[in-house]
Amino acid sequence: MYEITKKKFLSENIFLMDVKAPRVAKNCYPGQFVIVKLDERGERIPLTICDYDAIAGTVTIVVQAIGASTERMAEYDVGDALRDFTGPLGCRSELLDEPVEELKKKKILFVAGGVGTAPVYPQVKWLHSQGVLADCIIGARTKGLIILEEEMKAVAGEVYVATDDGSYGFRGNVNDKIKDLVSQGKTYDLVIAIGPLIMMKFVSLLTKELGIRTVVSMNPIMVDGTGMCGACRLTVGGQVKFACVDGPEFDGHLVDFDGAMKRAQMYKTEEGRALLREREGGTHHGGCGHCGD
Amino acid sequence: MEVDVLKRVPVREQEPQIRAANFDEVCLGYNKEEAMAEASRCLKCKNPQCQKGCPVNIDIPGFIRAIEEDKMEESFEILSKYSALPAICGRVCPQESQCEAKCIRGIKGDAVSIGKLERFTADWARENGIRPQAATEKKGKKVAVIGSGPAGLTCAGELAKAGYDVTIFEALHEPGGVLVYGIPEFRLPKQTVVSAEIENVKSLGVKIETNVVIGKSTTIDELFLEEGFSAVFIGSGAGLPKFMGIPGENANGVFSANEFLTRNNLMKAYLEDYDTPIFKGKKVAVVGGGNVAMDAARTALRLGAKVHIVYRRGESELPARVEEVHHAKEEGIIFNLLTNPKEILVDENGWVRGMVCVEMELGEPDASGRRRPVEKPDSEFELALDTVIMSLGTSPNPLISSTTKGLEIDGHKCIVAREEDGRTTKEGVYAGGDAVTGAATVILAMGAGKDAARGIDEYLTQAQ
Repeated sequence: MYEITKKKFLSENIFLMDVKAPRVAKNCYPGQFVIVKLDERGERIPLTICDYDAIAGTVTIVVQAIGASTERMAEYDVGDALRDFTGPLGCRSELLDEPVEELKKKKILFVAGGVGTAPVYPQVKWLHSQGVLADCIIGARTKGLIILEEEMKAVAGEVYVATDDGSYGFRGNVNDKIKDLVSQGKTYDLVIAIGPLIMMKFVSLLTKELGIRTVVSMNPIMVDGTGMCGACRLTVGGQVKFACVDGPEFDGHLVDFDGAMKRAQMYKTEEGRALLREREGGTHHGGCGHCGD
Repeated sequence: MEVDVLKRVPVREQEPQIRAANFDEVCLGYNKEEAMAEASRCLKCKNPQCQKGCPVNIDIPGFIRAIEEDKMEESFEILSKYSALPAICGRVCPQESQCEAKCIRGIKGDAVSIGKLERFTADWARENGIRPQAATEKKGKKVAVIGSGPAGLTCAGELAKAGYDVTIFEALHEPGGVLVYGIPEFRLPKQTVVSAEIENVKSLGVKIETNVVIGKSTTIDELFLEEGFSAVFIGSGAGLPKFMGIPGENANGVFSANEFLTRNNLMKAYLEDYDTPIFKGKKVAVVGGGNVAMDAARTALRLGAKVHIVYRRGESELPARVEEVHHAKEEGIIFNLLTNPKEILVDENGWVRGMVCVEMELGEPDASGRRRPVEKPDSEFELALDTVIMSLGTSPNPLISSTTKGLEIDGHKCIVAREEDGRTTKEGVYAGGDAVTGAATVILAMGAGKDAARGIDEYLTQAQ
């Protein structure tokens, strides 16, 4: 069992948890993820790592309550324990394998969409620890969904907030903000975009036009997270890749987003869900990370 | 009970029409009377051929004689000397090509039903609360075992019996490996059989730590340097599914057999009160002809589908056990033999709507000695489907080999290990089972786990 040592709501339905998992905390890096199973009957839910403390032996996860399992998880509190907590899984961010001197020469822009801000944070924080300041756009539909802004400001160069409805910061989506920055004369050598598929798709299309190399982090349906089931397969540069072991980060200009969205669609569209209700009957309860908004 | 020495005592099974709609075990096993009658058919050969056919060399006439004499506890003691998992082996070993294939009784008439007798003894012991005994003498050395499937459990059990302090590291949340995620409930009950045999291994003193992915959560070098282990056994299996690389394979409704079976078996998606979903197709094709293909097909059938097995060679080339093929046919699985998929047809929303197949005929033998299937010209046809399950075999996961310096692998990503004792190219590291051979059987993995345990014992004894 893995004890929860801290819990905090970051927005109405996004919460943060510190979980005691010494093996994961000691060996994890930015870019990786964990799989959490709440209890005997729960699903294996892939969740990105937001922060970690090897000395305290804790890992910070950020979760959006959007299905049965994650809503049940939102009720867990400090002192409660998760039945299973496996990781770190996936490859670490490619930034960590680049010489710091090279990184220092680069102008890096992170684009974080909604709960995707959580996996962006440890990368920006790690760069900060190496003396590299990256800029970051945090985007969401509305002010209440902007998370980790203060934490990000403490480790990033410039932090720009963008909301679709203009309730906070720049009015517009993250792509509008990228265009805005470029029109102001800003230049970037690398964009790292993490958020909803549709956001990563359009950021990648824009940066391809702008000629900026772009890395995205994919979060498809998974079961085991160790390469065993192949549920997370996607096409990158014409080749089939497994997000859990080959990713989760890929070259955004090579990812077949339309294919990935079709695979995710069965949980997202009304038709898809109606079909699932028919096919999966009483066995689909959400919590897959793909139901809901 | 009347016994015809030439005919085996039939084993009771659930009726095909009834079992096709439930996940309860198909084979009901012998009761005591039936087991004693079947045991009386054994010739108790002085030079038992059956034993030579067994990868773990069980004293088969010995445990069968004890059944015949109604000394069930003694029968279990004999079995336990050779195998930590007799209730599992009695159910899933391919006896017909191993021990039973060599049975002298089988020359004229039916071979003795060795598998069903092994199962009887193991089930009897469990039902009567009899467990194998832990070692009294401790060696004071720690051995790490990676993976809790048949190879790992056997190796761990053997080492614990020899007095080592053994910890198994399992990547998933439940121990058992393929016994839990792969083989379905109706062939191998999880609670009554698998959990009970894992408890037996634990009662020998073996510790099991779940949720540890070696290569990620920690590494083999860290196990040696930081956690004080003196030797490591790798029994991590062959977990990566293969796909065909044909068009349409990423469509919604195409699954690897691993995914389909893991959702159903490990995550218990077939039970209403578990959260994990499973896609219940109405018209399913399973591509492949091995035991895993039969398991996937029979699982889909139980979830309510009409199921085709699509296999490119003929019936006699099916790699699955005869018993599994027989059970699948009885339950109504349709076999499209000498048939190969060319393309998966996808509707406008990205869902499977069918599969284009081509008829095959057998040509000259290939490297495997089996006749190579070649396409018949102009024989393409379409199957209307909503689900395709790819069961084309698996290959070893590179997570461990890619994070362990000095551990050599071959062209198939299999760990290179010496056959007699599992020794790898890295000192103190042994390996066995599917991680070394590629996908094979439970009993071969157990045999390799046992050989490696002996190798590790020799290595640690010499190291003193």
